[in-house]
Amino acid sequence: MVASGRMVPGDELPAIRVLAEQLVVNPNTVARAYRELETLGIVTSRHGSGTYISETGSPLKPTELLKNIQDRADSLLSDGLQMGLTLEEMQDILQKRYDLMQTPEGNTGESKK
Amino acid sequence: MIGTMTDTIVEVKNLSRKFDTKIALDNVDFTITRGVVMGLVGENGAGKTTLIRHLMGLLKPQSGTVSVFGKNPVKDPEGALSHIGYLSENREMLDWMPLDELMSFTAAFYPDWDWDYAHQLIETFRLDPAKRVCDYSRGQRAQAGLILAVAHHPDLLLLDEPSSGLDPIVRKDILGEIIHTVTNAGKTVLFSSHLLDEVERVADTITFLSEGKKLLTSPLTELLESWKMITLRGATSLTQFPAIPGIVTSDKRGNEWVITTQTSMDTLSPLFQKYQFEVLAVNPMSLNDIFIAKVGRSAQNGNES
Repeated sequence: MVASGRMVPGDELPAIRVLAEQLVVNPNTVARAYRELETLGIVTSRHGSGTYISETGSPLKPTELLKNIQDRADSLLSDGLQMGLTLEEMQDILQKRYDLMQTPEGNTGESKK
Repeated sequence: MIGTMTDTIVEVKNLSRKFDTKIALDNVDFTITRGVVMGLVGENGAGKTTLIRHLMGLLKPQSGTVSVFGKNPVKDPEGALSHIGYLSENREMLDWMPLDELMSFTAAFYPDWDWDYAHQLIETFRLDPAKRVCDYSRGQRAQAGLILAVAHHPDLLLLDEPSSGLDPIVRKDILGEIIHTVTNAGKTVLFSSHLLDEVERVADTITFLSEGKKLLTSPLTELLESWKMITLRGATSLTQFPAIPGIVTSDKRGNEWVITTQTSMDTLSPLFQKYQFEVLAVNPMSLNDIFIAKVGRSAQNGNES
């Protein structure tokens, strides 16, 4: 949610007990998730006042984001090659999907969220 | 949640119980500390209900001791029961009364009965308080029972298979009340269920009971972190898995073996090498997987006799 920009630096996260009741999960689980987010630097907790999205924002650096895309390209390529598609055919598919996304109607169809 | 409160709420020592010749509980030691959500898990007939009924003082120990809030629930039912909320699978209630009368009746027993909270739950569950409880649907009866169990804000909530036979919406109401109870500091919950996805969701500590014996009590995270399912490739000719210590189950699938264990990979890797196994995958296990590996086998072996 931080990476997608749905939460921005300074936003406050729900209190642990509130989120636990909303999600119907043990409060310790929520507390542990918050601690992990804090260790990763995505959130900071201000003593006695709650947990906030860090001012530094998404801890994913541009190089990490690029790495993520490369990994997904690798898996896409290996799936395609296994099906017997050539690189040209896959480039063609990518181009067509890209074109579809540029038209408003195309975006509502079968494209992924 | 806060590490400073570690007082013991429930303490069971060497508890044994027979019904005729059938052993229902076999030398069970069991403690629950304040603030814990204990999930009590076991096959049908494992002794879960018998254990919970001892905590309520509904059964007298044949041998061993039971103490709840430091009191003997058989000798001092008031001391123990006034701080307990209880909901069982059978939802025993005086169901010829309309819900509002049943609540007034129940409230008289509990100084801490919270009418605001009770009315709030009636609204949430959309129950008609003027209707007799015996005319409610199964799910509505469970919701009514839940209100009676939690409206006095019990320090210890005991739920015996509360979700059994209920639709997902009512099940979520019950789980929601478990969470609501423990988000208040110092409240403790024990619930038994064989819906292990539910247990995994709301419990923080797990007890496995099988054939009247306690197999383990452990924080849920420790169970989930230690147990793993390993896929190995071995020689096709291998028909019996070698005797490697710490392997709980092993299943042969073609020339692959799927094993379950709590032993660390550091310990296992050299042994796998020795027997010329290639490790194909190491996967985490759900509580359901762990239950089947740990309890399923022992219960099965017991039934074969």
